[in-house]
Amino acid sequence: MADATMSNVLKKSGKEIQANWSRDLAAAQASSKGRISAAELEQQAAEFIKLLTVASEHAKSSDISAPEFKAIREFLEGVSRSRVAQGFSSEETASFIFSVKKPFFAALRTDAGKDADALADQVWRATELLDALGLHTIKVYQKSREDVINRQQREMLELSTPVVKLWDGILALPMIGTLDSARTQVVMENLLQKVVETGAQIAILDITGVPTVDTLVAQHLLKTVTALRLMGAECIISGVRPQIAQTIVHLGVDLQGVTTKANLADALALALKRTGSTSLRS
Amino acid sequence: MEKIPILRMGEFLLVTIQIDMHDQLALKLQDDLSNAIQKNATKGVLIDISSLEMVDSFIGRMVADISGMGRILGAETILVGMQPAVAITLVELGLSLPGVATALNVERGMALLRRKIDADGADVVAH
Repeated sequence: MADATMSNVLKKSGKEIQANWSRDLAAAQASSKGRISAAELEQQAAEFIKLLTVASEHAKSSDISAPEFKAIREFLEGVSRSRVAQGFSSEETASFIFSVKKPFFAALRTDAGKDADALADQVWRATELLDALGLHTIKVYQKSREDVINRQQREMLELSTPVVKLWDGILALPMIGTLDSARTQVVMENLLQKVVETGAQIAILDITGVPTVDTLVAQHLLKTVTALRLMGAECIISGVRPQIAQTIVHLGVDLQGVTTKANLADALALALKRTGSTSLRS
Repeated sequence: MEKIPILRMGEFLLVTIQIDMHDQLALKLQDDLSNAIQKNATKGVLIDISSLEMVDSFIGRMVADISGMGRILGAETILVGMQPAVAITLVELGLSLPGVATALNVERGMALLRRKIDADGADVVAH
């Protein structure tokens, strides 16, 4: 089924559709707070109409996954990504495509004249196609947004777990934010890797920035301490706040065998003493 | 059949596990090592597992058993060079190997062993 009428209409009154569409877009654009220029919008509209004309001329069906629609799909993907970067909402992004319907249908109507059946048929085909294209745009929009979120999440994960070398043979890991399984895993791996790289004897886990410690978090801390011990390094937990000390005792978490200190300074002093004494002896 | 070498260095024994252990091999090592400790009047055993990249619960327990056995035979046993991934696996498996002395590498392990044995020796003199 070649959309003969549709491509004819597009070819014949493409300019007119584009002009009307651009006008509508410009009117809507007033609310976009200058995130996109009128010239850019117009250029995108022109490109879309051009690609749609080419695509509908060659397309056998309105299945937009067909190779004829590749160019227009890619164009929409580009538009969608730039909309994400410019901070548009999904609604605004979708209405870019859907707003072409009005001028397009008007052109179809002029073309069909009094033939209501043909008009209905054409409008349906056009709607089907434009809806599919619009949905595709939204799909890409959402995907781009998810990519942004994932990237930020990864960055946050990395940012929040720096391993600092405090002294020769002493590492510190200031933990900030809530600890969950995934984060502890990353923290633990980073720390252990650093211990291997630097040959550190003592690692200080500073939990000043951890808002709450529940049994799960305590469990995670204990795991890290045990893993460090297995590798032959010692671990001191510092920055235990009074409330946290109370919670830990109330929860009945057994922190026996783990050295804990109220602040990082005390922990460092202890660590220095321990490493100092060992280096003196050997 | 493959075998894990047990090297004698004075009054110490050095066991370097350089291949991925399987159950049979671990059992054999346990046997060989206990005999070697007995035979050589060993004071200290250093088990280097820095090339061991994979462990399961059985091997984890075996390692703990071997060091416990060494201790019973009167030799200080130190586990050295555990890889981060192995440490994490053991912890996740719930094997925290209590009572097993550890060190980061062979050098540190050797120093720790010397210190421990010196400390024991000093005790004897003091009494």
